[in-house]
Order: sequence, then C-alpha cells, then structure tokens
Amino acid sequence: MAKTVDQYFDELQQTRVWRSIFRSGAGSSTLKRALAIQQNVFLHLFSTKVRTRVLSVSATWYLGTLTLGTFMILVATGIPLMLYYHPSAPQAYADTKDLQFVVSSGMFLRNLHRWSAHAMVFLVFAHMFKVFYRGAYRTPREFNWVIGVVLLLMTLLLSYTGYLLPWDQLAYWAITVGSNIASAVPVVGDKIHFLLLGGNAVNANALLRFYVLHCMILPLAAIFFVAIHFWRIRKDGGLYSHASEPATLRAAAKDAAAVTEAQ
Amino acid sequence: MAEEKKGELGNELSRRQFFTKLGLGSLSIAAVGTAAFSYQYLEPNVLYEPSPVVNAGKPDRYPLDSVTLDVNNGIYIIHSQEGYFSLSAVCTHLGCLTTWKQELGIIACPCHGSKFEQSGKKIEGPAPRPLPWKRVWLNDDGDLLVDRSTDVPALARDSFVRV
Repeated sequence: MAKTVDQYFDELQQTRVWRSIFRSGAGSSTLKRALAIQQNVFLHLFSTKVRTRVLSVSATWYLGTLTLGTFMILVATGIPLMLYYHPSAPQAYADTKDLQFVVSSGMFLRNLHRWSAHAMVFLVFAHMFKVFYRGAYRTPREFNWVIGVVLLLMTLLLSYTGYLLPWDQLAYWAITVGSNIASAVPVVGDKIHFLLLGGNAVNANALLRFYVLHCMILPLAAIFFVAIHFWRIRKDGGLYSHASEPATLRAAAKDAAAVTEAQ
Repeated sequence: MAEEKKGELGNELSRRQFFTKLGLGSLSIAAVGTAAFSYQYLEPNVLYEPSPVVNAGKPDRYPLDSVTLDVNNGIYIIHSQEGYFSLSAVCTHLGCLTTWKQELGIIACPCHGSKFEQSGKKIEGPAPRPLPWKRVWLNDDGDLLVDRSTDVPALARDSFVRV
C-alpha cells in the first residue's frame, strides 16, 4: 500500500535528526503546536496562541506583516546588489548603470529593491494610520507605538540614505537639499550636517557614510527594533482585537445585564 | 543591621560599597572617554575637498554687463559698470545651484523657485538671505581669484575689482 505524503512527513518528524533540530516533536495536540512556536528562536517572539479572528484580513489588513515582507525583500535584494556596487565616487554611478544594463537580472533586483522601498514607506504609514484610527496604541500598547515611531524614522532614514547611492543628479541634489534641512536643527545643525556628510559638501565621504548607514547600521538597528516590536505584541496581549478590549467587554457585559433586568 | 555596620561617623563606606563605587566610577569615565573618542573619530581631520580659492582666469574673459556661472565651483563672476565681483551661486535656502536667466535679468533657483537680483539681493522665494558676495582680487599674473570661504559686504567699494 502506498504511503501518503502526510505519512512520509510523520516518519520524517520521528527521525533522530529532525528531533535534534525541532525539540517540540511531532503531533498536532494544542500543547505540541504551542511548543512548536514557543521553542523556535524566530517564532517565540509571537504569542503561542492566537484567536483566528485576529488573524483575519479585516483585523489588521496585514499591514504590519506586509511591511515585514517588504523589509525582507529589501534585505534579500540589497545584499546581491552590494556585490556589484562600489561605494566610491568614480564608480558608483557606472556600477548602478552596469546593474541595470550589464549584470544578469540586475535590472530586476534593482527595480525590486526600489519598488519594495517605496512600498515599505507606504505600508509603514498605512500600518500606523490603521493602528492610530483603531486606537490600538492605547494602554498597554503605548510603548509599542513609540517603538513603531522609531521604526518609521528608521524606514525614512533607510529610504533617504539609499537615495544617494545611485550617485546621479537626482541623488546628489536630493541629499544636498536634505542635508541642508538637517542644518536647520538649532545650535548643533551645522555639526550634524558635517558629521552626516563627513565634510562640507556631498562628496566621496558622504557617499561612503550613506552606504555604511544604508547597508549596515540602519538595517541592524531596524532588525533590533523590529524584534522588540514583535515581542511587545505578545507581551501586550497579542494583536489588537477590538472585540477583546476591556471597554468593549464591559459594554457587552452591561448590555447583557440590561437584557437580564428587562426580563 | 546595615546601619550597625557603619562606622562611628555613620558616613563611612563598607568595602563592598567602596569597590562598587570605584567600579561604576571607572566605567563611567571609560564611557565618557569612549563617547569623546567616537565623536572625534567621526569628525574627519583632513578633508580632500577642492580649495575654496578659485582661479577665474583673466578678467577680459568676462564682457561688460555679463553674468557668468561657474558650474563646477558654484560661483558667478559678474562684470558690472562698477567692476568685477563674485556671488555665491548656491541658493541660501537649501543649497541648490542657481542659474542666471539672461532673458529676465535675474538669478533663479530651480529647486524651490527663489529669485535674486544680479547683485544677489533677494527678490522672492523661500530663500531666507541674499546670495553672499565673495572676496575677489587679482593675483600677480593678472588672474581673477575668488575666495569662496570669505564673504564680503554686498555693493561695498572694496568688494569690487577694477581693472
């Protein structure tokens, strides 16, 4: 008798190698499924149990998840782009053009990176509007809102630093204007401008600094804050569900009491 | 109990408290030092930027009543009735490069629409200040030199070069 795919999978889950990797073991009991989340280094940030209605599209429109999705696309396309890009003034522009017209799939990777960046900025804003208008920032989620604002700034800074890297006229003048806006900060504005650019004007130092910020410092910082953001979702009682808010529950209880009295 | 262990004066540190304070103090000093060194590291000591002094060539390259933009150096060389002078071509708003509009007789910025007179005076636009005048002089070879790092008063007698 032929075995089904499920049976093969069950057998695989019983093997010593599988059990050495996944400690929770096989089985579909509630406990086993909860352990599979809790004992996984990536998934343990999330709640072990989630109500199905919170996972419906209408609850969140998946905006946060989609934002993470675009971020992962950006990492996955950004790293291969780094293999052909030299962050030096004589080469940066030519490398960008090579990526478009010479490197196999270079155009695809560059455009995917670019459109994902635009999508991420849009999704972050959409996510924040959704959270704001649903009141999901309220107690006990205030701190996670603050982390979210930090992540918004990270997203904008990643976008801004990536803007310079093609090293064309648009990039040059955009960063000239943007860094001059930074000079408007009271007292320390000119210092920030100087440190950001590594000089008085947008030149080779600025290109290298923006490259390091774009490819190392900001992504690592973003990953750090994303981890806190997700962990706080669990700690603050899971994804925001209007139906399980204390006020909604109190109102429901009141209604129920009123109905009982009327009877 | 803790109070009994204190000395007669009541303000003496225990050995443990002393070492805790010593340790935290050392760490604080190290942290401040690290912050100071990090700041210094981030600030370049040598800049390989172009010299602020620009050689604009022989003055007779610039006809009378002309405004010439030097795109690479971000300055105008202007030959007016009063003499030669130089304006910064960098918009005082957010640093875009302005351009001379011959047909309108004004300097205009493409980024946000600031407009300036030939003397650098602001006509309109978001720019907060007029375009600054730059120091000009003739070197021994008779070349016109401009120091982009030195502002001079607009329309002042000494701000012109007369040949």
